[in-house]
Amino acid sequence: MPAVSPGAGSHPAGGPRPADGRRGFPDGEARGRRGRPDTDAGRSYYGQPVLNPPTWAALDIAGYLFLGGLAGGSSALAAATEAKGIEGLGRPLRMGAAGAIGLSLVALVHDLGRPGRFYNMLRVFKPSSPMSVGSWILSVYGPAAIAAAVLDVVPLPGPLASARRPLQKAASVTAGLIGPVVTTYTGVLVADTAVPAWHGGYREMPFLFAGSAGSASGGLGLLTVPPMRAAPARRLAVTGAVAELTALRVMKARMGLPAETYDQGRAGRLMKAAETLTVAGTTGAVVGRRSRLASAAAGACLLAGSALTRFGVFQAGVQSAEDPRYTVEPQRARLAARPGSPSA
Amino acid sequence: MVATDAGWADSGPRMGFFTDTSVCIGCKACEVACKEWNHVPDDGLRFSGFSYDNSWGLGADTWRHVAFIEQRHPAPGAGDGLPAGDGLPAAGGELRWLMSSDVCKHCTRAACLDVCPTGALFRTEFGTVVVQSDVCNGCGYCVPACPYGVIDQRKEDGRVWKCTLCYDRLKVGMEPACAKACPTRSIQFGELDVLRAEAADRVEVLHRRGVAGARLYGDDPGDGVGGTGAFFLLLDEPEVYGLPPEPVVTTRDLPSMWKRAAVAALALAATVVAAAR
Ligand code: SF4
Ligand code: SF4
Repeated sequence: MPAVSPGAGSHPAGGPRPADGRRGFPDGEARGRRGRPDTDAGRSYYGQPVLNPPTWAALDIAGYLFLGGLAGGSSALAAATEAKGIEGLGRPLRMGAAGAIGLSLVALVHDLGRPGRFYNMLRVFKPSSPMSVGSWILSVYGPAAIAAAVLDVVPLPGPLASARRPLQKAASVTAGLIGPVVTTYTGVLVADTAVPAWHGGYREMPFLFAGSAGSASGGLGLLTVPPMRAAPARRLAVTGAVAELTALRVMKARMGLPAETYDQGRAGRLMKAAETLTVAGTTGAVVGRRSRLASAAAGACLLAGSALTRFGVFQAGVQSAEDPRYTVEPQRARLAARPGSPSA
Repeated sequence: MVATDAGWADSGPRMGFFTDTSVCIGCKACEVACKEWNHVPDDGLRFSGFSYDNSWGLGADTWRHVAFIEQRHPAPGAGDGLPAGDGLPAAGGELRWLMSSDVCKHCTRAACLDVCPTGALFRTEFGTVVVQSDVCNGCGYCVPACPYGVIDQRKEDGRVWKCTLCYDRLKVGMEPACAKACPTRSIQFGELDVLRAEAADRVEVLHRRGVAGARLYGDDPGDGVGGTGAFFLLLDEPEVYGLPPEPVVTTRDLPSMWKRAAVAALALAATVVAAAR
C-alpha cells in the first residue's frame, strides 16, 4: 500500500535518508507538504526531490564564495589606492587578500578530500565548465595575491634583494587586475547548475557577488585602517552594499517561485541577518565616519553581512533543490506558456 | 553524431535505451542485474513506504531505479490522470499501478559532462556519457548540474558514479545487463534512431487501444537537452514518476552568464578606481 502518511513510512530514523544515500525528506517543511492534496501531491514522486542536491559542505563552498570575493575586492582596492599614491590601505588589504585566498584554497582542497586531487583541475581547460575556468583563474590569482603580501614584508636574500620591490609591485598589480574576475566568476559557478534558486538568478548573481565582494573588502579597510585614511574603503563598501542589496531584490523579483526559498527556513534567517548587518554596516560607515570605533564596527558588520549573504544564497539553493516543487512548477509554467502546448 | 562531435573518428551509430513503462511489471531484475554486473555497492535497505519501491531514486549506488505509483485512474474529480489527494487511492476511478525503470538519460547535451572540470566525464564512441573514475577528483559539480538528479557522490570515496550504459559490455558487442535481464522487454537497447521509430509506433498502438495518457519522454531532439539517449514511454505526467517535465541543460545560458560576469567585474573595477581618491 502506498503508505504515505508523513513520517510513518520513512526509514526508522524518521529524518532525512542517512549519509550513504541522499533521497529522503530534507526537512520538516518538505515532509509536512508531502501528500497534501492541494499542493504537490501527484506533482512529484512521493515528495522526493527531482534533483540530487549539491553535495558540497556549506562551510567549504559558501565559505569560499565569501573569501574569494573578499580577496578579489581587497586586491583590487589595494592596487588602485597604491597606483594613485594613497597611503595606508595597501598593506592591510593585501594581507587580508592573501589570508582570504589562502583559506579559500584550504576550503577547496578540503572539499575535494585529498590535496592531490586539485591537480586534476588543471588537467584540461574547459570553457564550458565554470569550475575549470575558475581553477585557472585561481592558479594565477592565488600566487600573485600571496606574493604581493609576502614580498611586502619578507626581505629576499642577497642578489635578489633589489628585485623584491618590482616583483612585489608586479604581483600586486596582477592580483588587482584579476581580483574583480575572482569575485564574479563564482556567480556563474553556482548559476550554471539545475538548482532552481541559483540558475533562476543567473542574470543577477554576478552583480550580487560583485556587490557583496565590494562591501566585504571595503569593510576590511574600515576595520583595519583609521577612518581618516579609509575614505576609499568607505566609498567602495557603501557602493558595494547598495549594489548587493539591489541585485538581490531584482534577482528575487525576476526568479519566480524558487525566490521564496530566500525568505524561508534557514536560508531566510541567514538572508535576513545578512541584510540587517549590511544595512547597519552601511549606515555606520557613513554616520560614524569620524569615529575609529564606529568605523571598525561598521566594517565588521559589512564583512559578516557579506559572509552571511553567501551562506544564505548557498542554503537557498540547497532548499530549492530538495523540494520538487521548485523544479517542477517553473518547468510546468514554461510548458504552459509555450504556444499550442497540449499540456497547457 | 554526438560521438563524432566529441571527436570520435570512426564511431558507429548512437546507442541507447527505450524504456517502455507500459509493459514493466516491477520485477526489479534490471536493478539487480545492474548491481551484479557493475559491482555497485549496497544502497542501504530502508523501507520507503513508496509502494514497492525500496531504492528511493537514482544515485551513486543506484543506477537503475524502479518507481512504483499506485493511483486511481482517471483520478476522481481531478480529471487530469493525477493521483488524488495524498496518493492513497480514493473512491472512483480504477486502481492502476504504474511502474517505471529509471536510468541516466545519456543526454545529447549533457550538463554533467559540460561542467566537469577534469574531463572525467566523457562522451563514448556509442554516444553515451561515462565517468572515468580514475580522473574524477570528487569536485561534485556534476551533481547539481544534472537536471534529472541522476549522478551522485559516493560518500566513502568522494567520487561520483552513475550508469555507464554498460560501456564494457558494449565494447565487446553485448547489450547492457539491465536490458538483457528485463523479462518483458520494457527495457530495450539498440540504435537510437531505430528505437525512436519503434517507440513512435508503440505510442500509436497504445492510443488506438484507448491508452490516451501514453506519451514519449526524451525522444525529441528539439527539447532542452537535445533529446536523450535513454528515453521513455510514460503513462502519466513525467513529474509523477519523479522526472522533470521540461529539463534544460543550463550550460545553454553560459555565454550570457559569462558576459554578465565580465560586465559585473568591470563594474566592480570601475567602482574601485572611482573610490580610490
Ligand atoms: S541524465 Fe544527468 S547524469 Fe545522465 S547524461 Fe544527462 S546530465 Fe549527465
Ligand atoms: S565530481 Fe568528478 S565527474 Fe563530477 S564534475 Fe567533478 S571531476 Fe567531473
